[in-house]
Parts: sequence; structure tokens; C-alpha cells
Amino acid sequence: MHDLTLAELAEALASRACSSEELTTHLLARIEQHDGELNSLITVDADNALAAARQADAERSAGRAGRLTGVPLIHKDIFLTAGVRTSCGSRMLKNFVPPFDATVVERCRQAGMVMLGKANMDEFAMGSSNETSYFGPVRNPWDLTRVPGGSSGGSAAAVAAGFAPVATGTDTGGSIRQPAALCGITGLKPTYGRVSRFGMIAFASSLDQAGVFARSAEDAALLLQAMAGFDPRDSTSAELAVPDYAAALTQPLAGLRIGVVDEFFGEGLDAGVAGALEAAIGVLQGLGAEVTRVHLPQLGLSVPTYYVIAPAEASSNLSRFDGVRYGYRCEAPKDLEDLYKRSRSEGFGAEVKRRIMIGTYVLSAGYYDAYYLKAQRCRRLITDDFRRAFEQVDVLVAPSAPEVAFRLGEKADDPLKMYLSDINTIAVNLAGLPGISVPAGQIQGLPVGLQLIGRHFEEARLLNVAHQFQRETDWHRQRPARFA
Amino acid sequence: MEWETVIGLEVHAQLATQSKIFSGAATRYGAEPNTQACAIDLGYPGMLPVLNAGAVRMAVKFGLAIEAEIAPRSVFARKNYFYPDLPKGYQISQFELPIVGRGHLDVALDDGSIKRVGITRAHLEEDAGKSLHESFHGQSGIDLNRAGTPLLEIVSEPDLRSAREAVAYMKKLHALVRYLEICDGNMQEGSFRCDANVSVRPVGQAQFGTRAELKNLNSFRFVERAINYEIERQIALIEGGGTVVQETRLYDPARNETRSMRGKEEANDYRYFPDPDLLPVTVDEALRNAVRAELPELPDARRARFQAEYGLPAYDAAVLTASRELADYYEAVVAAVPDESKLAANWVMGDLAGALNKAGLEITESPVDASALAQLVRRIADGTISGRGAKTVFEGLWAGEGEVDALIDARGLRQISDTGALEAICEEVIAANPQQLAQYRAGKDKLLGFFVGQVMKATGGSANPQEVNRLLRAKLQA
Repeated sequence: MHDLTLAELAEALASRACSSEELTTHLLARIEQHDGELNSLITVDADNALAAARQADAERSAGRAGRLTGVPLIHKDIFLTAGVRTSCGSRMLKNFVPPFDATVVERCRQAGMVMLGKANMDEFAMGSSNETSYFGPVRNPWDLTRVPGGSSGGSAAAVAAGFAPVATGTDTGGSIRQPAALCGITGLKPTYGRVSRFGMIAFASSLDQAGVFARSAEDAALLLQAMAGFDPRDSTSAELAVPDYAAALTQPLAGLRIGVVDEFFGEGLDAGVAGALEAAIGVLQGLGAEVTRVHLPQLGLSVPTYYVIAPAEASSNLSRFDGVRYGYRCEAPKDLEDLYKRSRSEGFGAEVKRRIMIGTYVLSAGYYDAYYLKAQRCRRLITDDFRRAFEQVDVLVAPSAPEVAFRLGEKADDPLKMYLSDINTIAVNLAGLPGISVPAGQIQGLPVGLQLIGRHFEEARLLNVAHQFQRETDWHRQRPARFA
Repeated sequence: MEWETVIGLEVHAQLATQSKIFSGAATRYGAEPNTQACAIDLGYPGMLPVLNAGAVRMAVKFGLAIEAEIAPRSVFARKNYFYPDLPKGYQISQFELPIVGRGHLDVALDDGSIKRVGITRAHLEEDAGKSLHESFHGQSGIDLNRAGTPLLEIVSEPDLRSAREAVAYMKKLHALVRYLEICDGNMQEGSFRCDANVSVRPVGQAQFGTRAELKNLNSFRFVERAINYEIERQIALIEGGGTVVQETRLYDPARNETRSMRGKEEANDYRYFPDPDLLPVTVDEALRNAVRAELPELPDARRARFQAEYGLPAYDAAVLTASRELADYYEAVVAAVPDESKLAANWVMGDLAGALNKAGLEITESPVDASALAQLVRRIADGTISGRGAKTVFEGLWAGEGEVDALIDARGLRQISDTGALEAICEEVIAANPQQLAQYRAGKDKLLGFFVGQVMKATGGSANPQEVNRLLRAKLQA
């Protein structure tokens, strides 16, 4: 049952081949049995999940079921969930129970979906390996000595291990696409503004975007359909109609113009990954796509640009965690300054503190122009590169990550090395574009991800290309043996 | 040495919206602490600001009224600093691109001249909460009801040259925001407050002196006193061989002095940057025109009309249009007695204003409404009562003891205008004073007053003095 896709499960539920309660019970048991090894969940919400499953079954009996009614999912622990602890992977919020749902959570609930629990993540979504979580690292289901990627590592690992057919995640610099690649599943980061950020704990507001993890592009389409759309509570959400993503999947690829981004296939790319991606591009050609090479000359600016803008916004976004109203507060503060300093020093982990300090520095008087303002100009140049590329082609392809999953601890002490893990994904966030990672090969039993990048709000086309690719390949059907 | 003072004001006007600038929580004053603060105001994780369109409209209204440039695109920025009553750790304000650009306000000075004061900019921002430092057993309380209340910060050019000018400017601004109905102007509740930048320089020197910023002056009197204190302090300091340092100073009304709050080196680095949670604010021509159509008659235009339409002197027109409510009251009186606009003005500015001032009441709280005052004016004009009698009636009206005509009768204030009766009394008085009569007829005209006095005395003051004058003049000539 845990091996079925969301589309297959929806059918099984609709035909009464199984009930949501049976399915939920089965998945909770799997989590209970196997998550000790993975640590993919921070909170398992079994009682509420079973109640929601029974409610879903009742709705179905009453003839009020939608396509997703009774389908279980896992939310990244960055989304507020009413009455259920939302930690953001931090000691700062380890006891924080929000009074209401994020828009993403609310929409999934309204669609009748059943939340099993909250996924582990890098603290405040800052990390590329899931090693910065206060709740301990997540392990990669394909190799327990390796990282699942980050920051949405818990969501990716949980879906790869068959704990849930789908999960939500967020992607600020690659936090959906990179872990999806490293865990061998499909991960979609929509266009900035496609999905509401309301109730999603902010890391870098101009880059953060909620998205989905699934075992197929089709499943990703179904979940995105439930989540996407304008939300008056988020001023940056787009007031645009949401297309029918599932309907777009079957479009043939004949004549589709695909651009291979030259700069992504140069130095630093693992030869095995390069080989797998070439084969994948061959598959797309076989489906009728016209493949050309394109250039994004300013791509080299993306990592430094990102590591100015994202920490700048984060330093401000995380100021609210001051020990005054909620969250962690130090013991017996002497005075106000002591309360601030110790609550924040003790409540945040090292990587979060590093980024707060970088962000505070780049916004400081005398440095603002040299760093923040210049980074904004670079961001514009990068965006312009993409715009020009999309005048020639419809979809861009790139690696999702420069290499397969690395070992736990391998980069934990070297922030620069760690930051370069996101070199293939960051530019897409800076430009606000949609991107999807699909499984496209394996190297010594470890998955490789192919990244497809589209024009603003062209998620349907990305899902279409990914779906057609998955009809020709079975990389997305591979499961880690340990969690079969 | 002769010194010149240079003052610029930053006025914070709380905008009269129903809800906060970035959340749906109410903005009413005086509620139980923390009952008007929602998750957005509390700075909960995951919460996002959504701009209140009403606040934008009010800012545009203000900008149009001071003939300022309205920015087609303005940007909200975050002002970052830590304070317990600032829940997000930053205040959402406008920094580089404010919604209202350069404008001006014409202010009447004490000598009757008009001074044009430049307004550099006005921008939208959210207010912080309040820290309550008393009665929490050594801890501080935080009330976040005010957090997120919309403010318009109005920054003047350093055009003001004395505390009196600063107060005149601030009063004019106060009247304007109330005319525009964008701020209730309640200074006790902090709806209209100001910071003053004050410096001095030798007369003739072009360069500004070093300024001190005086914080949170919440009454006109405090503005004047604090600035005057600060001017004297700075001059004494310089003349004593010292130098003024740039700093923020707090005015203590109890001691009537300013005290250093923090120096330049202790000033926060606010690390302003554009707020990524909010889109730029766009004001297009359609919105500008729609708001322009809503503009009421502004104080300067109304003053000019009062002079032209009611034949009032410039001074009267200025006093009566100083607030929208006072002008409305006056116009309600005049509407009932259109031929007595000057007499009505005298009563509104004289006895009524005096009584209100003494009782500490606003014109809107006047126990004597416009229709009652109009009836009083009518009875003076038609000779029913004398000016002195009118004062008695006014006192009765103020005390709520009845209506005008009833009070006149109850107090026996009706003047004797019956010519026959008055004629008889005049004749008696003339007959009783033959000596004065002879002197009058010999050319001592001033004795008319003596005869009038005698008649008034004989009638117990109830005779119509004009009528008595007319009758006596005729009879004394005969």
C-alpha cells in the first residue's frame, strides 16, 4: 500500500479497495517501525491523523469525497499547524504550538487530506544536508550514512521511504529540488507567488516558496493543484488563475524547445551525474523535443548574491524570536539585554547565528551599498539572463545537484563547501522561476536528479515534461531496498 | 552675539482608520491591554502584513492638501531594532521612497504675516506597542494594542525660527488633518505628537548649528516650552565655550527641562531595507483624482470665503476657521441669522469661546448649541434685549436653564421699546433736571449721556438704549 502513488491511492480509496483509516494505520505503523533509523519526522500526530482519516471515510460514505479525500501527507515543520507543535527544526520553537493553520495546511485539510506528522528540516530551513536541525540529522533512505539533502530533508526522506505518498516542502535556494534529487523522488518548487506563504515561517521572504514532494510528476500535479492560488493574506501571492495541472500532463513534447544550460555542465559537476543527465536529455530528444545549448553568463554570481540577500532578509525575519512573547526564553534573565542575548544565543543553532550575523553585517550602515544593493543588481542580471534564455527555448535543463548524496558530516564543518551544494538551484530562486527535480539515474545505488526550469507560472509545462519523461523511464519507480 | 533658532518638526499623526495598517485588528483607544492585537500584531511566526488601503487614501489626501507630489510608486522598508514593544524586531515604515513628497503649509504668524513652511515628506508607518513600567513587581508589562496603528509621519523643512512659529505650524497642521478627517487630533491619547529638531546659529551664518532632537512632545504648550528651554540651553552652552552635541533629548514637563536620552554614538543602526513581504504601493491618476474629489474645503479657502461671504475681518476669519468644528458651528449660527454675521462672530469668538475655554470644553461639547446662540443674536439684533441682558441670557443658556425667549421673560430682560411709555419717562426725567437741560441747550452735548443714564435708571435698565437716545435727542432739542 505504501508503494502506491497518490494517483493510485486516490483510485483505491475511491473504489473502496481500502479505507483512509486502513491506509493511515498502515503508514503510521511504518513510521513507528522505521523512522528511528531515518529521523525524518519531528512530530507524529497519530491520534489526529486517525480521526481525520475516519472523518475522510465518513465524507466518502456521504458522497462528499474529492480526489484527495483521505490521502495522507506529511508537512514540513515550517508550516503552522493548528494545535500541533511547529518547531521549524529549532530549539527556539521546540514547544511552539500555533493557534491556526498555514494556508498550505488549510487547503490540504479542506481537500480532505490526512496529516500524519511534521517533517524534520534544517533549522529555520538553513542548510543543504539536514544536519542543522535541533532534532538531529535525517538520514538518506538509500544509504543511512549519507544525508538526504536539505533543508526539506525530512519531507524528501519520508516520501522516499514510503511513509507518505506526498509531502510539502519549502525551497529558498534549492531546499526542495536538491533533497528530491538526493532521495530519488520528484520535487517541485513553484514560481514565487504561486503558493501562499501565509503561515509558513519565513527564512528569506523574497525567495521562499512552498512546494511538493511526490513519487511522480502526476502526484506532484495533484498536490500542487490543492495548494496553489491567490491568498489575500499574502501580498506577494499572485492573483492569477490556477491551470488544471493534471490535464496538461499528457501534452506531447514534439517541437518543445529545451535548452541545456552550458554553465551548469562545466567544472564541479560529477562525471557520473553528467553522464546520467546526458542520457536523460537523450530521452527527451527521443520524445520529440529540440535540444539546444544556452548560456546564462551571470550564473557565477548566483551563490554570492544569494548569500547576501537571503541572510539579510533572514536577519530581520528572525528578529521576532526574542524570548519576549513566545518560543525559547533563557532561565532567569538579569535584564532585558541579558534576556535577548541568552535567549537568542541558546535558542538558535550555529548555522542560523552565522546567517544572522552575515545578514546584519551586509545591511549595516556603510556596507549596505557594497553588499545588499550590489546583490540586488546582480539578482537583476541573473533574472535578465533567464529572460533572454526563455526567448530561445521553452524549458531549461540542469543538474539538480552537482553530485549524489554526500556523507553525514562530510561538509558540516565547511560552510562554503556546503553552500556550493546549492549551486544548481539558487539562481532559479533569485529569478523567482519554477523548477522541478525528477529522478534521472543512479550512481552506485544513489539517485541523480534532473532539474527542469520553466518560465514564470509555467508549472504545468514542467509537470508535463516531467510526466512524459517518467512514462519513458522508471528511475522514479526505484525504491530504496531497506524500505521496500 | 545675536542668535537665530532653526527648527524642523516631525509630526506623527495617527490615521483614523478602523483597523490597523497591516492587520484587521481594531485601532480603538483605551481597550484592555492586548485585546486589540492579533497574531500579525504580535509578530507570530509565519504572519504577513497586508496593507490597509484606507491608510494609503488618507496619506494621499494629506499630500493633495499640502500640494505635494504624490509618489506613483512608494516602498515600505523595515527599520530594524530590538525593543520589547516592537514585536517583529522591526518597524515597517517608508524610507527612501515615501508616499508623499515635497509640499508646503501657509502659517499665520503672531504679527499677522503669512509664512510658507516647507514639508519635506510624509510617509506611512506602523506604530509600536507600549511598555508599561509600573506595578508589575519589578517587571515590565507590554501592551500591543497600539502596535500596528497607522501613522503618517510629516517631516517639515528646517524653516521655523522660533518656538511660537513651531507651535503655529503645528496648530495649522493639526487643524488640517482634522479638516481632512484623517486624524482625530487627540493629543492626550497620542494621536498627534511631535519630535522637534532644534539648533541655533549666529545671525547671518548660513550653515546650520548642531541640532538636538526633542522627543515625544504631546501638547502645544510642551512644544513651546521644550523648544524655548532647549534654545536657552544651547545658547548658554555655546556662549560658555562649549559645543552642542548631536543627540536625542527627552522633555520633562514636570521640571520644564530637556535631558539627554542617547547620543549619536549610541544611536541604533536601523539597517533599513525594502520589506520583501509587501509590494510597492502604487498611486495612479485615477486614485489621485478620486481622493481629490473627496477633499473638503480646506482652511485657507474657507478663511478667504468667510471674509468675502460674511464680510468678516481677516482676524475673525482666521480664528473661526482654525478648526473645522468651530467653522461649522459659526456657519450654523449665521445660517439662522444671515444679516448678523459680524455680531455672530463676536459672540462665537467672545463669550462662547471664553466660556468653553474656562470649562475646558471643545466646541463640539458646547452646552449652547448653534441654534440657541443664533436665537440670542437675533434677539439682540431686533432690540428685544440689550447687550448686557444678552450676557445674562447666555449664562442661563450655558447653565441649561431654558431657551432664549423663556429666559428673557423669566429674567425680565425684555427692553421697553414702547414709545409712549418711554416718552413719558423721558419727559419726567427732563422735567426733574432743569439745570442740566439748560446747560445742554447751551451747547453741552455731552449731557445727553446723563439723561440717558437717568432714563435707564428709572426703567431699571430695561429700556432700549437706542430708542431712549432717539427720544431724548428729539425732546432736548425742542
